[in-house]
Amino acid sequence: MTRMLGTALVAIGVTAAAAAPVLAPHAPDERFAGMLDAPPTLPHIVGDDGSWHAPFVYRWRLVNQLEQQYEEDRSQRVPLAWLSQGHVVQSADEANAPLLLLGADSFGRDVFTRLMFGARISLGLAATAALGAVLAGTLLGGLAGYAGGALDDVLMRATDFVMVLPAMYVALALRAVLPLVLTPSEVFFLLAGIFAVVGAPFVARGVRAIVRTERRLEYAVAAEALGATGARLLLRHLLPAARGFVAVEVTLLVPAFIVAEATLSYVGLGFPDPIASWGTMLHDASTNIRVFADFPWLLSPAVAMFLVVLGLNLVLQGDRSAATFAPEALRRTSS
Amino acid sequence: MTRYLARRLAFALFLVVAVSSASFVLARLAPGDFVTESLGSQASRQAIERERARFGLDKSIAAQYRAWLAAAVRLDFGRSMQYDRPVRDLIPERAANTAILALAALLLATAVGLPLGIVTGSRPGGVIPSTIRSASLVLLSMPPLLTSLLLVFIAARTGWLPIAGMRSASVPAAGAALDLLHHLVLPAAAIALPLAAMMERLQAQAMTEVVDEPFVRAALARGVPRSRVIWRGALKAALRPVAGVLSLVIGTLFSGSFAVEVITAWPGLGNLMLQALRARDIYLVAGCAGAGAIFLAFGTMVSDLALAAVDPRASETRSDEGSAP
Repeated sequence: MTRMLGTALVAIGVTAAAAAPVLAPHAPDERFAGMLDAPPTLPHIVGDDGSWHAPFVYRWRLVNQLEQQYEEDRSQRVPLAWLSQGHVVQSADEANAPLLLLGADSFGRDVFTRLMFGARISLGLAATAALGAVLAGTLLGGLAGYAGGALDDVLMRATDFVMVLPAMYVALALRAVLPLVLTPSEVFFLLAGIFAVVGAPFVARGVRAIVRTERRLEYAVAAEALGATGARLLLRHLLPAARGFVAVEVTLLVPAFIVAEATLSYVGLGFPDPIASWGTMLHDASTNIRVFADFPWLLSPAVAMFLVVLGLNLVLQGDRSAATFAPEALRRTSS
Repeated sequence: MTRYLARRLAFALFLVVAVSSASFVLARLAPGDFVTESLGSQASRQAIERERARFGLDKSIAAQYRAWLAAAVRLDFGRSMQYDRPVRDLIPERAANTAILALAALLLATAVGLPLGIVTGSRPGGVIPSTIRSASLVLLSMPPLLTSLLLVFIAARTGWLPIAGMRSASVPAAGAALDLLHHLVLPAAAIALPLAAMMERLQAQAMTEVVDEPFVRAALARGVPRSRVIWRGALKAALRPVAGVLSLVIGTLFSGSFAVEVITAWPGLGNLMLQALRARDIYLVAGCAGAGAIFLAFGTMVSDLALAAVDPRASETRSDEGSAP
């Protein structure tokens, strides 16, 4: 039950990211000039006079330029246009009454659209970084566990060292020493690399422990006696034993990386502005924290982040009994 | 014990030196320096040269690093360029602020999380334990970045609590301490909420295991009241696993406080580090990174000692190495 709910939450996030250009009503950088900080346009089906209609929205009319207050223009219903211009749904009058399901940000961009495109960056980055951490961690842990001796010592001392480092500070320092203006794809791979380095030791330690125990078991001894080479023994017999552990690690690392990206982008050391990621969307409001109170829909990336992290946690809880709760989960989510 | 402590201290020292040196060199290698950041592109060449010489930025990296290291051994960590104050004066001030925040969060999380964990862990079913359990799961999915945004949102909407800073501009009649406490509630709660959830889960897990132990059953069978068995006997045994992850908790406190400090404008170490990095204030960057490493090294050491305190087995094995603590 918990597991299904968790899987569903994660699946929604992944689908939104994958199908963003089609599902989202607009382009992520499209600005609606008269719609700065406009509230969400909720689709209605019952008109003012109580009559039923196909889903429609009302147009926002700016009533106070200074405080950016809007009022619904109820005189006219703007119907929704389904499957038009390559989008699943838009409003019929995009120029005057765009469909803003989660309102607009301070540049007049559609928050709902940016949320979906942001999922591509935020989830894509977290997944890439987790993959990198798992690959590097498995390789190093496998080597250390298999070889033992001096190599094991050196590798484990190195992981010890990286693990006690203040992770957020390391990421900050590494990001800050590079030019502030980088292309988005450079930032993507740079952050993925930094996160992978910080995350790999956690994987390496676990894999090492598993490989060391498995090595002494009969099947591994038998394979070795039959003349299996070290690489074959490791890849074919020992590392597969760590599969379960690695799967759990991924569900722990991905939330941590999502939050890390958001933190870095929030302080302005992540992606540059026009790029939509969940962190940059929060960054837009970071100069004056009070805008969140006036325009609560700007917090929707935080809600999206919460739902995805909750989904992954639920998968983890459903996966293992509640008795094997991993305390590292929190540490990494917050670091 | 002495030898063990000495080894830990040596590692901590190495960590501090390595972290601050690495961040010094990295920050120095970064494109742009404090002078270009602060004077802007309109400054004349002479002005830039003069300023560079003033801060020692005209020397080579190796020479500058050697000079910094030589001074650092004498506990002189250089002068912050943007604040124009010695790093040695600036850091303790900000580190104390972070320590206040972290300590308040730790106390709050322990006070809330542990008792709740005992309640949920000692009874398998019931409405209250399952409610607490679900609440924990939700809170575990809310890292401090999200809790602080949520709390700031609530505070700004309702006006119940100040949303930023550590002190009011003018000290109110109620006194400075009360004012500080008022500002402390929000950031401390932002860190404490997920931490309390983690403690609740851990304590519940440890409790479930301990409640099934023969010594608990024996006490119950002898007619000792259930509440006494749970809150006295079982609690003591169940504290061990919690103390075991205290080092993780310290890490959480420390890194969690970064996001919270930035969002709530708490003048702590994280905020200082961010400013220093942005301004390319390399002496301050190295100082902040070193202070952060001291925090973590100290935290892990305290948590190891705490583990030895609640688990006699841990201290027995260690006392073989030297004199008893």
